[in-house]
Amino acid sequence: MKELKAAEITEAVERLCIEANSYLGKDVKTRLSECMAAEPWPGAKSILGRIEENIAIAEKDFVPLCQDTGMACIFAEVGQEVHIVGGGLTDAINEGVRRGYTNGFLRKSVVADPIRRGNTGDNTPAHIHYEIVPGDNLKITVAPKGFGSENMSQIKMFAPAAGEEGVKDFIVDCVRSAGANPCPPIVVGVGIGGTFDRAALMAKEALLVPFDEKNPDPYYAEMEDELLEKINRLGIGPQGFGGKTTALAVKIKTFPTHIAGMPVAVNINCHVSRHREVVL
Amino acid sequence: MRKKLEFPFTKDKLKELRAGDEVLISGTIYTARDQAHKRLVEMIDRGEKLPFELKDSAIYYVGPSPARPGKVIGSAGPTTSYRMDTYAPVLLDLGHSVMIGKGQRSDEVKQAVVRNGAVYLAAIGGAAALIAKSIKAAEVIAFEDLGAEAVRRLEVEAFPAVVVLDTIGGDWYEEGRKSYLGEMERSAI
Repeated sequence: MKELKAAEITEAVERLCIEANSYLGKDVKTRLSECMAAEPWPGAKSILGRIEENIAIAEKDFVPLCQDTGMACIFAEVGQEVHIVGGGLTDAINEGVRRGYTNGFLRKSVVADPIRRGNTGDNTPAHIHYEIVPGDNLKITVAPKGFGSENMSQIKMFAPAAGEEGVKDFIVDCVRSAGANPCPPIVVGVGIGGTFDRAALMAKEALLVPFDEKNPDPYYAEMEDELLEKINRLGIGPQGFGGKTTALAVKIKTFPTHIAGMPVAVNINCHVSRHREVVL
Repeated sequence: MRKKLEFPFTKDKLKELRAGDEVLISGTIYTARDQAHKRLVEMIDRGEKLPFELKDSAIYYVGPSPARPGKVIGSAGPTTSYRMDTYAPVLLDLGHSVMIGKGQRSDEVKQAVVRNGAVYLAAIGGAAALIAKSIKAAEVIAFEDLGAEAVRRLEVEAFPAVVVLDTIGGDWYEEGRKSYLGEMERSAI
């Protein structure tokens, strides 16, 4: 049994919230440069150049890449040998979000009620997903999610007869109808299977997969490549002004499902695809 | 081609702009997004005086991140515009002439743009740290309780944007994509 102090968790979450909003992962930066080199449309190339400039400024000045510093989506993998002392885990995480968004001058974008609104003033509560895993580590991933892209996400409960083509068409249509709204170039996270809620969760988790990590299932690895190519033939381009670079990556996660169903969820992220993690 | 747009100016100047033009904006613009738009239209309905002059005004759809000590503003990129579509035609019909945001607009907004000789510009979504560099002053002038959504008066210098909807019905989201796809088809032959 390993003991972890709640205060230590709070500190880690505070730091991750601030860092995730200023520093993009190496995989995203590398993919952006590759796309810029391969972009045949001058206007699109120039937009990608501005995006790279923005990344450099955010890193150098340690300021948020985007003013929408998101709703804090947090994934916690809790080792079953971990014992948290000095407070509750959920409270510790929310306190970290509160401090990160306040001390880091991040935007407070969370309202207390979806219909009646009213800003909570400190960006809490976070959306937290827990998973119990073997071992004595606590892994925390902070993924601030902007809603310009979140609003363009979709879920559909297909009949199994829709098959592979139905799934692929839905994913491409989702990107087509989102158009310029989610700040392309985008990242497309897809969850297929499970239940209604599981599909949506997998779509969000897919956004955390490093771009250079190949899907372990060759069938889905090929589907990811095919979808990326199809999406980048739509012509939407960076910011929707036309061009090849509409998406940087398509990532798929799957889970066994019911004999009667085939849920498909598409979670869209913008080029500011942020996430930072720590293992305690 | 980059055109300079210096506020204040009257609508005549907007007639020269075409969908796809890159512009650099300087002068005074105002910020308003979701809740601020709702309140502005409610004030209009009640016949109240608005916090700024609508005629020939530019409204930037943005909710900036908080300014660090010694800075005028935090990161400040555009928010998605369609959420303002319900309110924008009311403001345009009262003389508001330049909208700055990102993303597609409704047919109602497109018609109101042409009807009033207004324009809709897009700033680069996500490039919020870069855009903040062109904002030289910022002051909350209304709805302070809304936090990031409060109405601010901004002084901007060479703020980069692209004309999406022009006064004659052009739409760069349609035309830009079409011309790219057309060119790709031609070069493939």
